[in-house]
Amino acid sequence: MRRPVIKVPVMHMPVKFAVTLVSVAAVLAAATSCSPTPEAAESKSLKIVYQKTDSFTALDAVMQDAKKEFEASNTGVTVDLQPIQANDDDYGTKLALAQRSGDTAPDVFYEDSFKVRSDVDAGYLLKLDGYLEKWDDWAAFNEAAKEAGRADDGGIYAVPLGTDTRAIWYNKTVLQKAGIPVPWQPKSWDEILTAARAMKASNPDVIPFTMYAGKGTGEGTAMQSFYELLYGTDSSLYDVDAKKWVVGSQGFTDSLSFLKTLYDEKLAVSPAEALDANVWKKVFGEWFPQGKLGATVEGSYTPSFWQKGGAYEWAGYEQEMGVAMFPTQRGQDPGGVSMSGGWTLAVGAKSKNPELAFQFLTTALNKKNALAYDINNSQIAVRTDVASEPEYLAANPFVKDVSDLVKVTHYRPATADYPRISTAVQVATESVITGKQSPEDAAAEYDATVRKLVGEDKVLEK
Amino acid sequence: MRIRRFLRLLPVVPSVLLLLVFLLAPVAWSFYASFTDAALSGKAARDPQWVGADNYVRMFSDDSFPLAAWLTVVFVAASAVLGQNVLGLLIALLMTRSRRVVASWVGTAVVAAWVLPEIVAAFAAYAYFNRDGTLNQVLGSMGSEGPDWLYSFPLVAIILANTWRGTAFSMLVYRAALADVPRDVTEAALMDGARGWQRLAFITIPLIRSSIATNLMLITLQTLAVFTLIWVMTAGGPANASTTLPVLAYQEAFKFGDIGYGTAVASVLILLGMIFGAVYVRLLREQKT
Repeated sequence: MRRPVIKVPVMHMPVKFAVTLVSVAAVLAAATSCSPTPEAAESKSLKIVYQKTDSFTALDAVMQDAKKEFEASNTGVTVDLQPIQANDDDYGTKLALAQRSGDTAPDVFYEDSFKVRSDVDAGYLLKLDGYLEKWDDWAAFNEAAKEAGRADDGGIYAVPLGTDTRAIWYNKTVLQKAGIPVPWQPKSWDEILTAARAMKASNPDVIPFTMYAGKGTGEGTAMQSFYELLYGTDSSLYDVDAKKWVVGSQGFTDSLSFLKTLYDEKLAVSPAEALDANVWKKVFGEWFPQGKLGATVEGSYTPSFWQKGGAYEWAGYEQEMGVAMFPTQRGQDPGGVSMSGGWTLAVGAKSKNPELAFQFLTTALNKKNALAYDINNSQIAVRTDVASEPEYLAANPFVKDVSDLVKVTHYRPATADYPRISTAVQVATESVITGKQSPEDAAAEYDATVRKLVGEDKVLEK
Repeated sequence: MRIRRFLRLLPVVPSVLLLLVFLLAPVAWSFYASFTDAALSGKAARDPQWVGADNYVRMFSDDSFPLAAWLTVVFVAASAVLGQNVLGLLIALLMTRSRRVVASWVGTAVVAAWVLPEIVAAFAAYAYFNRDGTLNQVLGSMGSEGPDWLYSFPLVAIILANTWRGTAFSMLVYRAALADVPRDVTEAALMDGARGWQRLAFITIPLIRSSIATNLMLITLQTLAVFTLIWVMTAGGPANASTTLPVLAYQEAFKFGDIGYGTAVASVLILLGMIFGAVYVRLLREQKT
């Protein structure tokens, strides 16, 4: 290829020099104009970061109300709401990236309880003990729920918004057509398989009993699927007393085998569907309302999708749907299992107005706002004064059932290593349902990954 | 004299400064971070420690890295070197012989994919290969049921998508190069009785050799860095079956929060690009002498 010859009119040196100077000056001007102008002394602004999606607007509503309330009682303060539109995983990443610099770090933010310890270690969260002492409402919080915000040093760094449990949600019509009497309460894993096979036999087009698996559904795979199984065996993920991670347990392999059975016998969705990060939207938006899905394990917040104003409004859900406790492997004590998580609000360690930021947090979490949030997002209340409100108890027909699961629930080991362990769990489930590895091999690889992640001295062979 | 030379260099100072700040600095930081345990959360986020070559050692003991490196090689070879390059040359050759109307229609159709922003092209490709997508609907109307392409053949799907998107570039380069092939040489060969393929192999290709090298260099480097297309179509899945190095670097750094390891993967990618670049530049130089 011949090079094109471009003729450029020759400039005289002084002109050229001047042009250079101008362009350098322009670059410098552009660079400096990016830096923020200093604010006037009186006007303060608070940056609030939280999650908002097309199916999760309950928190946005609370924040809008809290902003109005707060700005009315604190003149000169601007509350700058910055919702992040992303799924849980991407929200966590964006938040962590913003917290790396004081210029972008939020004053108050929405934080997943399982990340609290890890993020305290990272120096992102402000210790709140001193502020909480002076906040009368703190006494109204459930003692167990307060633990969600506690870090390894014993201090409280975050205040819970609500908590949740996990249960089996089933479509009564689908079960009845397969001859399964409702209300349904399976007593062991085998009873789940028996029921699922009956549903498959009565109607091959229906998805009988699906559970999440793979990295696509992220933490949902861990909380709504794998841990329900694992914590119902005689094993667990983490030995709380020894503070060590459990490896080589039969329960781990058994749990993977159960998932393999569900997927191999096509009792669950196809592996391709399972790996789609948006599969849960189909669960709530299409399959349950259209009677194409028998049952799945989901959170106590499930009604929030279907109730009025939810993302997938479904008038008939109160009659059509039923809820059951997830059974232990062979029905051993305590007979059922559930997992709890929940989200919190925290104050940024890099906040320039920590006092004001904490005040905003208390506004967002006052009784009125907490009640609205718990009802709209079907959360299990963590404020005792909200939990006893008749309006809360009557929010949907399942409040009592899912709240009772608190008795059999487990919490994730929220240590700093947890998020990576959770990923290793998700990888193991993905390898098994796609047929890449047998349950034994996937469990062995999980063990190897855990040893590598936390070190030999923090694992326990069981 | 000296002052003159200095003044002559002055106009490039702003661009060099910008390059240093926005290109070299991140690259240098990436190399630095790859020797630390920097993370998005946990103690290492507050105070990253120097861990030496740990990240690189881990890379070679980890199954996912060799797999990602292999997938990257296959992806680049199949979609850039074979797909875009050969298809681009072929279309350019056919266009020189076809009628003007046909040539301009074909040109527009090919360039359309190039004009689309990457994210739009990626969604289009996703909609095409999806289980209920265009391809399977067309297959369905002909009575055969297509597989779930993105799940069963993820690498094939992204290779086809990248070929579709990038062929225009090669086509344009070769159109320009072919226009420069002197008529008299090909006509002389024709008189001597050379067949079509002989003229192509012995006259045309040697004459556009340097265009081929330039084109190969540009599309190889471009394809090495493809991220959006893969992320939208398969997100590297299922189970790492389409995780190329850029996807692996992103996953490690931002999904798993391990910035140290992610930047190590990215550094390897940069090195790989530099090696490719150096080889091609060398080839170009040899041809000139």
